Amino acid sequence: MIYLEIFLSFFQIGLFSFGGGYAALPLIEAQVLEYHNWLTIEEFADLLTISQMTPGPIAINAATFVGTKVAGLPGAVIATIGSVTPSFIIVLTLSYFYFRYKNLSSIQNILKGLRPAVVSLIASAGLSILMLTVFKTEGITLLNIKLSNINFVAIIMVVISVFILRKFKIDPIKVMLGTGVLGVLVYGLF
Amino acid sequence: MKKNIKFYWKLFLSTFTLSAFTFGGGYVIVPLMRKKFVEELNWIEEEEMLNIVAISQSAPGMIAVNTSIMTGYRLAGVFGAIIATFGTVLPPLIIITIIAGFYTAFKENRIINALLLGMRAGVAAVIIDVIIKMARNVIKTKNNISIAIMVTALIAAVVFDINAALIIILSGVFGGFYYNIVKRTGESQ
Repeated sequence: MIYLEIFLSFFQIGLFSFGGGYAALPLIEAQVLEYHNWLTIEEFADLLTISQMTPGPIAINAATFVGTKVAGLPGAVIATIGSVTPSFIIVLTLSYFYFRYKNLSSIQNILKGLRPAVVSLIASAGLSILMLTVFKTEGITLLNIKLSNINFVAIIMVVISVFILRKFKIDPIKVMLGTGVLGVLVYGLF
Repeated sequence: MKKNIKFYWKLFLSTFTLSAFTFGGGYVIVPLMRKKFVEELNWIEEEEMLNIVAISQSAPGMIAVNTSIMTGYRLAGVFGAIIATFGTVLPPLIIITIIAGFYTAFKENRIINALLLGMRAGVAAVIIDVIIKMARNVIKTKNNISIAIMVTALIAAVVFDINAALIIILSGVFGGFYYNIVKRTGESQ
């Protein structure tokens, strides 16, 4: 039965992808290209492009894309449910223990060590997005920066946005929409 | 906080909107969630939000989904977790279902590409703003160990590209070891 097959495939993707984001990519590739011939290589490449252009986790995007193609809207829904079910069970179990025992001093001490690391992980993700924003071509490191590769319009937009966010208590989503509209005006029309 | 229909609707709407704007990887949802749940709604404290992200990160699956599940559970138990998960998966589900029919036209559309390129600058700014606040909070504690963990983790992630889950586990082990054993033995002497 196709629905069960879809469910189990995406259940595995959800269960074995640690570290989020592109960690799930090889698993998705194995499931939809190797074990099942659900997508062609071209379609898989398209899926990656679309995932970068749309919000949401890549595993959910893949689940919806593959599910729709193989078994229509019900397929998309079942694939999505499959991909979040392992998370749901595991994270709920962890949550239960965390909220039950979080006041123990030994747990507090572990968390005290974790929190500064989380700040850095978010900073590291932010840095990747900043690099992607500021340079016109991908794969730039600090060693091969060229002036012609720098997107000055983007730098100005980032600086002004940070200033607005820090100065006024404005909704971050409005800032994103604002730079999006500016992007259409600057990149789209000229 | 009353758990009525209005509350659940707000929880759903919050996670739905946050997920709809999570461009560029799961971590982007963290600053947005912090802004919404910590600053705007006052539903969760900053420390708790960071704990939730750390635990979500060490479980398998998607960061955005895991963080939503745990936040939902913290606010309203298993039912809250279901509502938050539903809100988080719905935007990508809707968007991809709609685009799946004409994605070639979508990915080559000049206006859409320009819009996304522009939005990226906004996303970067939102993350920078939140990092400044969170890093400042860590520095303000004047706890040298915390600052050292933050700097080491940053170098490990950015320079050495070490897996995020591993960084979380190691810093937890270190925190447990240092504060439970080293510091306690030092104090009792």
